[in-house]
Amino acid sequence: MNKPETTSVVLAGVGGQGILLASEIVARAAMSAGFDVKTNEVHGMAQRGGSVLAQIRFGARVNSPLVALGTAQALASLERIEGLRHAEYLAPDGLAVVSSQMVIPVTVSSGSAQYPEDAEAKLRQVFRRLIYLDADRIASELGNLKASNVVLMGALSTGLELPVETWQAAIRRSVKERFVDLNLRAFATGRAQGGARA
Amino acid sequence: MSGNEAIARGAYEAGVKVAAGYPGTPSTEILEALVTYKPAVYCEWAPNEKVAFEVAAGAALTGARAMTTMKHVGLNVAADPLMTLAYIGTVGGMVACVADDPGMHSSQNEQDTRQFARFAKVPVFEPSDSQEAKDFFKLAIAVSEQFTTPVILRSTTRVSHSRGLVDLCDPDPASPAAHFVKNPPRFVPIPAWGRKMRVQLEERLAKLQLAAEQSPANRIEWRDRSLGIIAPGIASQYVREVFPEASLLKLGWAYPFPDALFREFAAGVKRVLVVEELDDILEQHLKAMGIACVGREFVPGIGELGPTVLQSSRARLEGREPRVISLPLDISTLPARPPVLCPGCPHRGVFAALTKHDVVVTGDIGCYSLGVAPPLNRIDTILCMGGGVSLAHGMQKAGERKKVVGMVGDSTFFHSGITGLLDIAYNRSLCTIIVVDNRTTAMTGHQDHPGTGRTLMGEKAPEVSIEEIGRACGIRRIFTLNPNDLDNTHKIIKECLDAPEPSLVVSRAPCLLDIKEPAGEIREIDQEHCRECKLCLKLGCPAMEFTGQEIHINETLCAGCSMCEQVCKFDAIHTPAHHE
Repeated sequence: MNKPETTSVVLAGVGGQGILLASEIVARAAMSAGFDVKTNEVHGMAQRGGSVLAQIRFGARVNSPLVALGTAQALASLERIEGLRHAEYLAPDGLAVVSSQMVIPVTVSSGSAQYPEDAEAKLRQVFRRLIYLDADRIASELGNLKASNVVLMGALSTGLELPVETWQAAIRRSVKERFVDLNLRAFATGRAQGGARA
Repeated sequence: MSGNEAIARGAYEAGVKVAAGYPGTPSTEILEALVTYKPAVYCEWAPNEKVAFEVAAGAALTGARAMTTMKHVGLNVAADPLMTLAYIGTVGGMVACVADDPGMHSSQNEQDTRQFARFAKVPVFEPSDSQEAKDFFKLAIAVSEQFTTPVILRSTTRVSHSRGLVDLCDPDPASPAAHFVKNPPRFVPIPAWGRKMRVQLEERLAKLQLAAEQSPANRIEWRDRSLGIIAPGIASQYVREVFPEASLLKLGWAYPFPDALFREFAAGVKRVLVVEELDDILEQHLKAMGIACVGREFVPGIGELGPTVLQSSRARLEGREPRVISLPLDISTLPARPPVLCPGCPHRGVFAALTKHDVVVTGDIGCYSLGVAPPLNRIDTILCMGGGVSLAHGMQKAGERKKVVGMVGDSTFFHSGITGLLDIAYNRSLCTIIVVDNRTTAMTGHQDHPGTGRTLMGEKAPEVSIEEIGRACGIRRIFTLNPNDLDNTHKIIKECLDAPEPSLVVSRAPCLLDIKEPAGEIREIDQEHCRECKLCLKLGCPAMEFTGQEIHINETLCAGCSMCEQVCKFDAIHTPAHHE
């Protein structure tokens, strides 16, 4: 299969998980690699704890900000089952990076739905190339739970052909100065996980 | 830059002096971005879109450049001034930035603002990305001044909330200063003068059509001639993606219709396909012109377009079966994750109280619309901004056998709830109106309003009192309560329901996302005391987690509102300190 001229990435998660920062990091990495970039995210009603999706596309010239189903080179999910919900976006040979974090929807707590117990098995069934990692634990061990999204971006970076320096530059620009070192370490740890398991 | 930030940049570069709007997804960030250019531009949140439109119109009549921003349904509210400003025309450039929401990501309908442009006989520009959002804004100001007409800049969710690279320019140093020149026949549409304006409106439209045909915003990209596609706005980006080899007439200035371009393009290709999001306005117009084309047959008019949708359109156009992605998992088996009221949301206290009463609740537009979902399930109708108040009155006047409670937010009350309350007081009905006052316009991301005591420019303002307004309207029973106190909330609502006259309840507690502080100490469940009666789960709080074994409070989500502790009958929920 020929590589498409435009690379597509989708990020899935739950409103409030910090998907916008993750999206910004991917976009900035692509920008510093010299690409045209378009991103899209959902605001408003969709942000109140609902399922959210961010889309990033880069290449010599990007037209649509939206990703066609079945074409994303990489998908990252900040929550265990949200990756499954948006699995249709990923190309058959694309890389899925999923955090094992669980956020229980109110539909489950109120008894009208069930959270799948075998989420990991389902993930392995759906995604041919999967990195499933406990980004929260890794980030906590590094000293700050909030860096877990950047751990995930580190793993995601192994599925995209952007030089590591562009990611580092993006992190420097996207996070507060006093958190830069922590996030660079979080990224490197995630990337090492990806390199080892992809 | 997002499309909204780019529109704001365009306004700054065009030398806009006055910008007024009302928050509404997906338009809200335009003014939030524009105010960062102060003091070059004066920005304000008006109480509603009609006022915002009139503020901008007033500014434009002095010769200064002006803009107004709103979402698509906001233009319904501002339709009155739009329709007649089209007659009067402007002096300084005036652009109404209206953001549509195809797919209804955050809206109650998906109306197509292009219809309004045609209805009001004013030009409409449709950018397809952030760069065009900025460029077309400036073009719209130029067209507005040249032809003395208000202009609509129509964005959509995917233009407003997509980000792309944008080239920046310096602001226009020649932006005119305000200087109103008295000329009643020009500015007063009493019938004698209005009839002349009516004729001029049509003459202007003809001139605008010629300009649209020559405009760089409309251009033909000749490629393979076997298929030619006409696509306005962001649809043209999807077309380039899915039909890369087809010829494209890309419309950025879609009304008045550039008929000469349509004819030239149709004559140059074998087959014409129209790809437009929402209504089939172009397609019907082309057919009326006698140009053979296809559109709605292959491209859906419900919901938003995108590359996936157009791939299916293309397959059907070429007589193929659309490609279906099949996963080894049925995604519909995953638990749904709709948006919900946040942990610690003060609206939850009012809903919890209302679940104890067999009443009809007419809701309104805002975060509290989320109270319609299970397990709260305590909103019965939603119509429009302010509708929660007036619908309640109408139901009572019809003789509804249950008591009716109207629910409206603080920003929505100032927007258009006041007139409904005035009607309740004037025409006497027994409704109870609850203003859920969380001290901000929460759903759209915490904008100020007349009750917050602060303006968009960051200045202090008088905090308008909802209670005083209620009194001035003629309501005598007025209560203020803290919704985090469930017993008191229940008690006051019960009293109001039993009262022989209308009541106004102001439920006041701040949105925790806005003040960025918890309501109190986090709570935890003492599993030894918990009987799993699940009463606490009926609050629909995302921090209360239950997957079949123990009920658990997620400590990173809990905002310490204590409502779960208040509803627990077994004394099983406490602050952690309680044990020490």
